[in-house]
Amino acid sequence: MAKIEFRGVSKSYSSRNGNVLALSKLDLHVADEELVTIVGASGCGKSTLLSMLAGFDKPTTGQILVDDCEVREPGPDRGVIFQQTALFPWLSVEQNIKFGLRLRANASISNADAVVQRLLQRTGLAAFRDRLPAELSGGMRQRAAIASVLAINPKVLLMDEPFGALDSLTRSVMQDFLLELWDTDRKTVLLVTHDIDEAIYLADKTIVMSGHPGRVCEVIDVKLPRPRHFDIHSDSKFIELRDRVRDVVRGEATATALTE
Amino acid sequence: MLSANGSSSVKLAVKPISQSVMPARKFAVESILIRAFQYGIFPLVLLIIWQAVTEFGWVKRNVIPPPLEVLAIWYDLITGSTQEAARYSGTWWDHAFASTWRVYAGFGWGVALGVILGLLIGLSQVVERMFDVTLQVLRNIPVTAWVPLALVFFGIGNAPAIFLIGLGAFFPTVINTTLGVRQINPTLIKASLMMGANNHELLTRVILIGSLPSIFAGIRLSMGIAWVLVVVAEMLAVRSGLGYLLNDSYQFYRNDVVIASMLSIGMLGYLSDRLVVFLRDHLLQWNLGEAFNGEN
Repeated sequence: MAKIEFRGVSKSYSSRNGNVLALSKLDLHVADEELVTIVGASGCGKSTLLSMLAGFDKPTTGQILVDDCEVREPGPDRGVIFQQTALFPWLSVEQNIKFGLRLRANASISNADAVVQRLLQRTGLAAFRDRLPAELSGGMRQRAAIASVLAINPKVLLMDEPFGALDSLTRSVMQDFLLELWDTDRKTVLLVTHDIDEAIYLADKTIVMSGHPGRVCEVIDVKLPRPRHFDIHSDSKFIELRDRVRDVVRGEATATALTE
Repeated sequence: MLSANGSSSVKLAVKPISQSVMPARKFAVESILIRAFQYGIFPLVLLIIWQAVTEFGWVKRNVIPPPLEVLAIWYDLITGSTQEAARYSGTWWDHAFASTWRVYAGFGWGVALGVILGLLIGLSQVVERMFDVTLQVLRNIPVTAWVPLALVFFGIGNAPAIFLIGLGAFFPTVINTTLGVRQINPTLIKASLMMGANNHELLTRVILIGSLPSIFAGIRLSMGIAWVLVVVAEMLAVRSGLGYLLNDSYQFYRNDVVIASMLSIGMLGYLSDRLVVFLRDHLLQWNLGEAFNGEN
């Protein structure tokens, strides 16, 4: 059980040019076990949104609720997958996955060793358990980072352009990996991306955001059958959805570019 | 099926670390002899030139004695078997021990204080503001300028020596520790907080370990400075140690003992540096090659 709710959330920063409104009166609802993607041009506040949900930033006004509890600080109930892979360079893959489990906050998770072994298997990293992050490829690093977050069993997964730094082939493999994980775990997932194909391919629901100030522009239900396979990219329904999202995003991006 | 795809595409991308991290060696077969030659040639030429200028009388032997004579004196300093070093014969161990002991005592307190204060400054802007002006001003006073005050305050003995050495060791350590804390990848801090790390866990498991490479860079500089200052301190403040031996033999025109003392200091300093490097490489194996800093 984990639903996410944004109630009239605004966020403004003070900068040299005065106050900048990054997000304006944003309302958002993500149901339990839903996989929602947020797509938008850079600067539309999508990362700010995720950062506040994670608890790294506080909203200027409004409330963010996870399971009806207001978010105040970062915590293990909300696992974050960063674009810049968060692995400790001095720890092996196995030790990285174990890192969260060894914290006092997660002492209640029993069978830590079994959890780590299972995650090593699930992520295909069992043979690389003793490697340091520097000795892994980008895709393996991100899988190790995902495993280290799954180890503490968060209620929701927040992913901030998790595959943005990967090459397109690896990215597509990682998308399938994520869908497979989600199929078995059924966690609530909120994923931010600027890749429209990725946003639709993964999502139950895609939120298109526009910038200056950031707000929800359109919410699109992605009624494509699951489980999904790569072939769906050439499906007419997929293409139709993609074009629709692209028109919205492009329109917004162009409007923004012209006003600047 | 999916994960099988994933790992196979990924296996191709992974190179063994020795290949990906180390540059390719130019010569595949490089015999130990050639290497020994490469290491030895320059010191050997230096010794030959030294021997030559004294042999041909370009420099007076009592100003710069030839290397073989210095070697003989050095041997007597250490063993006391030939009495060539006269009153200094066989005193080397006592002096070397005195200097080494002072270096490590001063280095110890300087580095300990430097790491603690460096961590605090790196972690807190308030602490930084509190200490910044003081540190920047004090840092620019050469430690040798502290000698008069140190002597007046501590008197003649070990105390002023250890004070000066520690002071010299403190500054590089505190600055590099601060830098190390600042350079930690902020994503790692965020990830730790997200996983529920408390302040103590964050400090000991992330910040301290993450700043170790930089701390070691500071410690290494501090060790070098400690050996410089032990000589200064022993020339002025105590009646033992290699710095004292050097200064005292200079007063008696024993330049052979002076040079043997200089070389002893150089060698002990070198050994100390090797010790720091050994510890660093042992503790920071993850940092030996190009460490992964969170970039993909």
